[in-house]
Amino acid sequence: MSLATQTRPLTRREWLLSDRPQSRLQARLGRAYMTWRRFSANRLAVVGLLILLGLCIVAAFADLLAPHSPVIGNLAGARLLPPGSEGYLLGTDDQGRDILSRLIYGSRLTLAVVVLVAIIAAPVGLVVGAAAGYAGGWIDAVLMRITDIFLAFPKLVLALAFVAALGPGIENAVIAIAITSWPPYARIARAETLTLRNSDYIAAVRLMGASPTRIVLRHVMPMCMSSLIVRVTLDMAGIILTAAGLGFLGLGAQPPLPEWGAMIASGRRFILDQWWVATMPGIAILVVSLGFNLLGDGLRDALDPRESGQ
Amino acid sequence: MSALLTVEDLRVRFPTRTGVVEAVRGVSFTLGRERLGIVGESGSGKSQTGRAIMGLTPPHAEVTAKRLAFDGIDLLSAPPKLRRDLRGKRIAMILQDPKYSLNPVMSIGRQIVETLQRHEKIGRAEARKRALDMLAAVQIRDPARVFDLYPHEVSGGMGQRAMIAMMLVAGPELLIADEPTSALDVTVQLEVLSILDRLVAERGMGLIFVSHDLRLVSSFCDRVLVMYAGKIVEEIAASELGNAKHPYTQGLLNCMPVIGAGRHPLPVLDRKPEWAL
Amino acid sequence: MSMSDTVRMSGRRRARSRKAVATVLQFLVVVATTYLGLLAVTFFIGRVIPIDPALAVLGDRAPQHLVERTREAMGLNLPLYQQFLLYCRQALSGDFGVSVLTTNPVMTDIRRVFPATIELATLGTLIGALIGVPLGVLAAVKRGSIADQIVRVIGLVGYSVPIFWLALLALLVFYARLKWVAYPGRIDVVYEYTFSPITGLYLVDALWQRQWDVLRDVFRHIILPASLLGYFSLAYISRMTRSFMLNELQQEYIVAARAKGLSEARIIWGHALRNAAVPLVTVIALSYASLLEGSVLTETVFAWPGLGLYITNSLQNADMNAVLGGTIIIGSVFIGINLLSDLLYRTLDPRTRAR
Ligand SMILES: Nc1ncnc2c1ncn2[C@@H]1O[C@H](COP(=O)(O)OP(=O)(O)OP(=O)(O)O)[C@@H](O)[C@H]1O
Ligand SMILES: [Mg+2]
Repeated sequence: MSLATQTRPLTRREWLLSDRPQSRLQARLGRAYMTWRRFSANRLAVVGLLILLGLCIVAAFADLLAPHSPVIGNLAGARLLPPGSEGYLLGTDDQGRDILSRLIYGSRLTLAVVVLVAIIAAPVGLVVGAAAGYAGGWIDAVLMRITDIFLAFPKLVLALAFVAALGPGIENAVIAIAITSWPPYARIARAETLTLRNSDYIAAVRLMGASPTRIVLRHVMPMCMSSLIVRVTLDMAGIILTAAGLGFLGLGAQPPLPEWGAMIASGRRFILDQWWVATMPGIAILVVSLGFNLLGDGLRDALDPRESGQ
Repeated sequence: MSALLTVEDLRVRFPTRTGVVEAVRGVSFTLGRERLGIVGESGSGKSQTGRAIMGLTPPHAEVTAKRLAFDGIDLLSAPPKLRRDLRGKRIAMILQDPKYSLNPVMSIGRQIVETLQRHEKIGRAEARKRALDMLAAVQIRDPARVFDLYPHEVSGGMGQRAMIAMMLVAGPELLIADEPTSALDVTVQLEVLSILDRLVAERGMGLIFVSHDLRLVSSFCDRVLVMYAGKIVEEIAASELGNAKHPYTQGLLNCMPVIGAGRHPLPVLDRKPEWAL
Repeated sequence: MSMSDTVRMSGRRRARSRKAVATVLQFLVVVATTYLGLLAVTFFIGRVIPIDPALAVLGDRAPQHLVERTREAMGLNLPLYQQFLLYCRQALSGDFGVSVLTTNPVMTDIRRVFPATIELATLGTLIGALIGVPLGVLAAVKRGSIADQIVRVIGLVGYSVPIFWLALLALLVFYARLKWVAYPGRIDVVYEYTFSPITGLYLVDALWQRQWDVLRDVFRHIILPASLLGYFSLAYISRMTRSFMLNELQQEYIVAARAKGLSEARIIWGHALRNAAVPLVTVIALSYASLLEGSVLTETVFAWPGLGLYITNSLQNADMNAVLGGTIIIGSVFIGINLLSDLLYRTLDPRTRAR
């Protein structure tokens, strides 16, 4: 590199896209920037991201955004009002509660469920898969057999049975969903680990005397992250739908919690005359899981162009 | 000798994100019932020339020519149906790698019969018999057994012979062979080539033989076109190759190692930008 | 054929049959361990999680002598591993205990309700595959076009919409407003007494017995839930078909097929799809399995008297025997379908065909 180019100040973009990064930070930021450019070129993916940002904001500021209480309604004067009524944008339910406010507060429950399931199931899958892939031999065989057994189960029905035994409630729903959703993560982590295990750079780390635990924790697992994140994002929609399904069957969040699936269940009785009670929460579920699906698709294309079928 | 194929100023362009790639830039030649070799380095446009004649250029690409005629038929203005009727029936093409160019879930026999049934009204038994005969003609020893095998069950050499059988079974007049042996072992290459050689001679087909191996082409063909960057830089009779005028052809010739003549350093092909103009 | 050739051939044949035996053994191990895993998990759910499994089965208000008797029958006084062995033996012989709700043996109940679910899921998968595969092919062939975008959106919405909610809306529109379809259940009460099903698949039975008015009625009942399930499998199947087809259409053998002069239709349906069909079989089998499971939510909405409704009713009444029995049955069907799709895959793809 000549002195002249070094003295001229680089624009921020040039600094990011430099093919000779001066620091680890610059390299990392540069890679993130490239990924972002590929991601943001996909308009639908950006829509997905915006939906989810909106969900987070709504959940964070529910207290400020909601015009009414989510649990205490106006039984006397505001039962089953249609959308667009004075002060009740999306109408009210059979207990005179504002549906919009319930949806706004319900976003917290939805967010909590997906986040909890993700932080329980993904690490379990990651550890199982990385351990199986790195250890190989009979450990691998046994762990993967267990994974495959869980993979062959009917997830929803098994989650139902778990909740039936544990008792209804949102915590138990989270546990049941997490128990049934870790196996795919283990498979992905194992596949990634297998390709990594024989790579030169892992061999180099091993030569430097790193212990297997350290290699797996510090070098193998981080490399599995990107494909795992994509998969978890794509699974989020399914998790939301399962949680809503449990709520619909009365096994998830219990009344008066404004859980969207349970709201549909309670609106079911009035579907013929007061259609909005059951319709509004369904739209909320649809929009949010669509957001996750769009984001997941976009992430997959941006992080792993191989898999996108392009 | 009336021309079987006339190519005049053939051009193939690919629009891409970074601009238009001109893969073939004004190729002209005529072909009778003879063997024409096309050589050139990788990316010089040999395959795209052959595919343009077949009508197998990808749909987003643009093919133009002053004249592209097969036996008096103007190919570029011919309706797609007519071009399909020509393909396989009168113009055929052999692809490079039998491992990828045979359908993996269809038995070899069915793939040969399919060509026949596409172009002729023919009964089942008759088609089978013709396919078996064709397999025998490409010197497959046990045609009845190979007929029912799947592509993964045969060796590369046998696969390429099956491919030749599939393409020649309907009796084409012009055969385009796009590096038909470069995916095969050296020993098998010669076998397959001699089969091809004999069939072309027996049936009096015209042949366009695409290769990057100048020596092979010169021993196999009557005439050689040397391509560079989408253009023909030299056209020369195979026997005259030693007197090639164009420095690129000479370069290609010099690059070939000669047994027993240990040369150091190895010659490197020298490219001059003005050749591509 | 020479002598040595013959010897070599028979040697190869022996090697082949040894390989086939190994494959079968491998299959058996997989099935056995998976089934054992299924039993272990349901055992855990039914016998380890509850504080008193007998009460979990009988409900809290059961009289003392009944609780004692049930304890005895379930082997609750034995050590845990013996309980598990007993549990396995009972489950393998189809004995899942008695349902508190119906007072029948769970297996009897399941046998009665299962055909309804099978019929629904089968029709749903048929709809999904018959529409989804062509849509996926279309999207792949016309990649990037409006049609491709539409197929993509249909698929995305299918992945994102809660099935029970869509079912409610569909009922509202097609049953309540338009009156195109019948509801609830599988058949009008009028016919319940005149119609005696044999297989339990009402469409088949009505067709077999030439009872056209019954057939019409059964069809009006099943079409809406089946279409909904069909939509879900369509979303999945069309998306997978598209990606398999895109992969196949890039292959070199497609160029060869064109060089033979074949028509585009023949190339797409006869060559590319035939190759894509190999992995598609697995996809369709998996989607069938997930419809069987998805029936839990759909059947509830449509009051469809199948296994799904049976399980949810039992759940609501804390009828643990019935819930676990249903879970084991659906799990077994899953295992069976997985196995079957694996076998089908092997027979469809000549490269893996057990030779
Ligand atoms: N689909 C395409 N899009 C853009 N450019 C293309 C496409 N296909 C081919 N080309 C360009 O056309 C040029 C000629 O390709 P062609 O396949 O004819 O080369 P070739 O002489 O057959 O080389 P090889 O010996 O490697 O087969 C190449 O430079 C390539 O970049
Ligand atoms: Mg080529």
